[in-house]
Amino acid sequence: MHEVDMTKCLLLSMSEWRQQHAPASPTVERVHLQVGAFTCVEPAQLVSTWRIAVNGSWLDGAELAIEIIPLLGRCLVCNSTYSPTPEQAYRSPCCDHPMEEIVSGRELRIRSVDYVLTATTPSPHIVNAVAS
Amino acid sequence: MHMPLEDKLGLNLLAANQHQAEHNRTHFDEWQLLCLNVMSSPGSGKTSLLERSLPSLSADLQMAVLEGDMTTQLDAERLEAVGIPVVAITTGRACHLDAAMVSGGLKLLRQRLDPAGLDLLWVENVGNLVCPAEFEVGEHRKVALLSVTEGEDKPLKYPVMFREADCVLITKIDLLPYLPVDIERIEEHIRAVNPRCVVIRVSATSGEGLEDWHTWLRQERALNLTAQQQVTCQPEALVAGGER
Repeated sequence: MHEVDMTKCLLLSMSEWRQQHAPASPTVERVHLQVGAFTCVEPAQLVSTWRIAVNGSWLDGAELAIEIIPLLGRCLVCNSTYSPTPEQAYRSPCCDHPMEEIVSGRELRIRSVDYVLTATTPSPHIVNAVAS
Repeated sequence: MHMPLEDKLGLNLLAANQHQAEHNRTHFDEWQLLCLNVMSSPGSGKTSLLERSLPSLSADLQMAVLEGDMTTQLDAERLEAVGIPVVAITTGRACHLDAAMVSGGLKLLRQRLDPAGLDLLWVENVGNLVCPAEFEVGEHRKVALLSVTEGEDKPLKYPVMFREADCVLITKIDLLPYLPVDIERIEEHIRAVNPRCVVIRVSATSGEGLEDWHTWLRQERALNLTAQQQVTCQPEALVAGGER
C-alpha cells in the first residue's frame, strides 16, 4: 500500500508549493497529476488515499485529477514508436528489439494546480470586531 | 464567482523525497563514497550475498550498511556478525526505505564513525519488488537481485524494478540443477526491459560469480570516485554541492 506514502510525499510537495505563496494562502480546488502507466502507482488507490489524507488539512475539499500517460517505447532499429506489452516482453513488434528507449509512461508529475489566492486570514480579534 | 488560477508546475509527485535524496547524495559525494541501493523481493538472498561479499571486500574497502527491515533487526544482526558496522532502520508499516529514513540512519551511523572514511555504503532495502523502485534514497547505483527460484517471468511482471537497476544479480544459481527453470530465459527477460544493465549470475553458497560481482563493484566505485573528485576540483560546483 505504498500509495499512502506516495500521498504523503505528494502532500509534502504541495506544502512546498504553498509556501511559495506566503503570506497569502491558496485555496486549492484541483490538483492535476500525470501518472505514467510504467510506474508503481495505482491511480484509483491514490485518489482514495488522497481523500482520506486531505480531510481536515489545508487541502480539504481539493480534488485529485489523474491523467494516465500510456507507455510508449521507441524502437531504435527503425525509429518507430510502439506500445510495449508484457506479452511481447516489452519488445518492439516491428523489429523485435528490446525496450531501449521509453518515450512516455514514467511520469509521476504534478502537472498543474487550480487554486484561488486569498489574503492572509485575519486574526480572530479582527474577525470578532467585524462580526459585532 | 471566481476564476481559479492555474500553476503549471511539472513538479515530480515525489519531489519532497527527491530533495531529501539529493541532500543525502550531496553528503555521499562530500565523503567520496559510493552508495548502493540493494533491492529484491523477500528471500532473494540480499543478506546472504552481503554476508559473503563484505568479508571479501573488506580487505581493501571500508564499508557500512544501512539495513532496512519492516519489523525485526535479524538481518542487521547477521551482518554485524561479519564485523561491518550496521545501522538497522525498522520501517514499521512502510514496505520500502525512503530518503528521510536513510537520512535518519545516517545520523545514527555518524554517532559511531566518520563516514568520510568509508568507500562503500550499502543500503539494503526492504524486501519488495514494487515500491523501492520509485523511492530514491540518494544512491549512486541501484542493484536488483532475482533468485532463480522466483521464476523466469518476474522481470516482465515487475518491470519497473528491473528497468531502474544498474546491475541485476541472478542469485542462487547453485540451485539450477534442481529447478525446471531456464536461466537464459531469465536473463533474456531482464534484458528485454533493460538492455543497458549489467547482469551477473551468482551464488552466495558456492561462491560462483562473486568475483565478477566484486569486479563490477570496484569499477563503479572507481568511476564514481573520479566523478566526485572532478566535481570538487571546480569552485562553482563546490558552492552548489555545499550544505543546504
